[in-house]
Amino acid sequence: MSTTYRTCPRSGLQFELQAERLMLANAVAAVVFLLVGGILAVGVVLTRWPAVHWLSADAFYMVLTAHGIDMLIFWIIFFEMAVLYFCSSTLLRCRIATPRMAWLGFALMLIGAVTNNIAVFRGSSSVMMTSYVPMMAEPAFYLGLILFAVGALIGCFVFLGTLVVAKREKTYQGSIPLVTFGAVTATIIAVFTITSGAIILIPTFLMSVGIVKEVDPLVYRTIWWAFGHSSQQINVAAHISIWYAIAAICFGAKPMSERVSRGAFLLYILFLQLASAHHLLADPGMSTEWKVVNTSYFMYFAVLASMIHGLTIPGAIEVAQREKGYTKGLFEWLRKAPWGNPVFSGMFISLIGFGFLGGISGVMMGTEQLNMLIHNTIYVPGHFHATVVVGTTLSFMALTYFLIPVLFKREMINPGLAKLQPYMFGLSMYFFCLVMMGAGTLGVARRHWDMTMGGSPLAYEFPGAAYLMMGLVGIAGIAAILGGAIYIYITVGSLLWGKKLEPGVQTTQTIPLPKTPMPNVVIQSHGSSGFAAPGTFALAMVFLVSFVLYYFINWKYLSQVWGLS
Amino acid sequence: MNENDPNDLNAPVPFMQELLDNPFLLLFLGVMIPMVVYSLWGVIDILTIPVAK
Repeated sequence: MSTTYRTCPRSGLQFELQAERLMLANAVAAVVFLLVGGILAVGVVLTRWPAVHWLSADAFYMVLTAHGIDMLIFWIIFFEMAVLYFCSSTLLRCRIATPRMAWLGFALMLIGAVTNNIAVFRGSSSVMMTSYVPMMAEPAFYLGLILFAVGALIGCFVFLGTLVVAKREKTYQGSIPLVTFGAVTATIIAVFTITSGAIILIPTFLMSVGIVKEVDPLVYRTIWWAFGHSSQQINVAAHISIWYAIAAICFGAKPMSERVSRGAFLLYILFLQLASAHHLLADPGMSTEWKVVNTSYFMYFAVLASMIHGLTIPGAIEVAQREKGYTKGLFEWLRKAPWGNPVFSGMFISLIGFGFLGGISGVMMGTEQLNMLIHNTIYVPGHFHATVVVGTTLSFMALTYFLIPVLFKREMINPGLAKLQPYMFGLSMYFFCLVMMGAGTLGVARRHWDMTMGGSPLAYEFPGAAYLMMGLVGIAGIAAILGGAIYIYITVGSLLWGKKLEPGVQTTQTIPLPKTPMPNVVIQSHGSSGFAAPGTFALAMVFLVSFVLYYFINWKYLSQVWGLS
Repeated sequence: MNENDPNDLNAPVPFMQELLDNPFLLLFLGVMIPMVVYSLWGVIDILTIPVAK
């Protein structure tokens, strides 16, 4: 098949024409949905801020439904499609498999996303992202999600097909690069996720049009969470791949042990999806064995994998920095890191926030007894904003700053503002997540329009601290939204007004990747003591102490729930 | 030729590496394990709840 390849003069990366266009289309669609979701976020935070309490109940539930779906599904998965095409066609230097199918997938995703949004904004589908039956939305709500899912599934198989093309055309030898392997992990989780979505959303759609009489609510919840929570596990695999890529881009860092990193991704493939069960820990139908196996024993393998990635990526950066001469003390390598480069700062703020806030709170929530403290409280959105917004969205933002000159061939506008953006967005999200989790620990409900539930028999007088924290949620949320708006301004502004850059040499033949052995430099050359990166080791100890302390503090809280003595 | 030498390109590929190099086998495992351990087991739990008399 004839196509052309462009070698970017700024990065040396080689872009195939069709893959490049697909990446651009998916990335632009992603940013549009981020913009819509971000505007909706204003309504959500200004309503949950008790002193403002802006929207009416009907408008709030509609806005919250659209915000959840646009952000958690459409923004993220469109961007992930761009990442998949980048990790396959660009990193493996090959043409994309079946580009027409890839465009069909993109078209279905776009039609599905628009259909779903129209259904929500018509006002009769305010069923939240979870859309639990028997609460029914318009048929177009489910149809939109199904079309989107089918499109995304096509994209996943185009990605797998591209791996086959690369292998057959020998554009690489040996194993695929680690970043591409991370994308394989994301794809596999996506196939499970989307299949689960189809299994439960198709009968629900048929129920909405009157063909199917009933969908069992417990079965719906179980299968829906295999879709709803696993979709966030696609993000984890994708953003961790991006962390590895950014460590290589900014520092030339090689993984401390590529075998260990690949092993950690394998643990994700086998076990990460099982964490969906923590949403069902208060459900009466599931056995204790099912809950314990899924949320504890097996989920801990995935937690182990996250900790491996969380240590090996800064460790790799530390080793690369020490090789450049930043060897003074434990942390000179970190002090001398390029903190003014938003590609690095975004990635590092994302990594720390994901581990300390999202990771520790996730393990706490996955413990059956402790889950009862915060189940269905606003602690849960506090946790997933730490994973999906601090972890995934901020990583995607950081990658975008790299892609503006490389993929979009534009000079970034306002680089001074871009330097500030990851700090403003990331640090305000840290605070947002912390106060949300604080309010959740005091029992503030997860989705309710009015936290006091005033006028109902369930009205409850929260302590003043809960109101304070919900006010801080509003303030931090607005600061984060401004940070997100700066990202959109820089991205869209660069595309529209940024100076055009030289696209690079075009050829009709790909230049295969050179044959290289599995890089395994650090452990081999420094022994296996783990002290090739002492600063990272110290950070890991801080993390573990925080983890243990927080875990036991929650057991202490639990012991105080019922006064037994 | 040494299987443990990462710089030897002609060394035989270890079993784990062969597994990790096969995306379709990984796809099978990555879909089957959660389908059985999470989805199937969960649905069986729900469907075997005794009916109230």
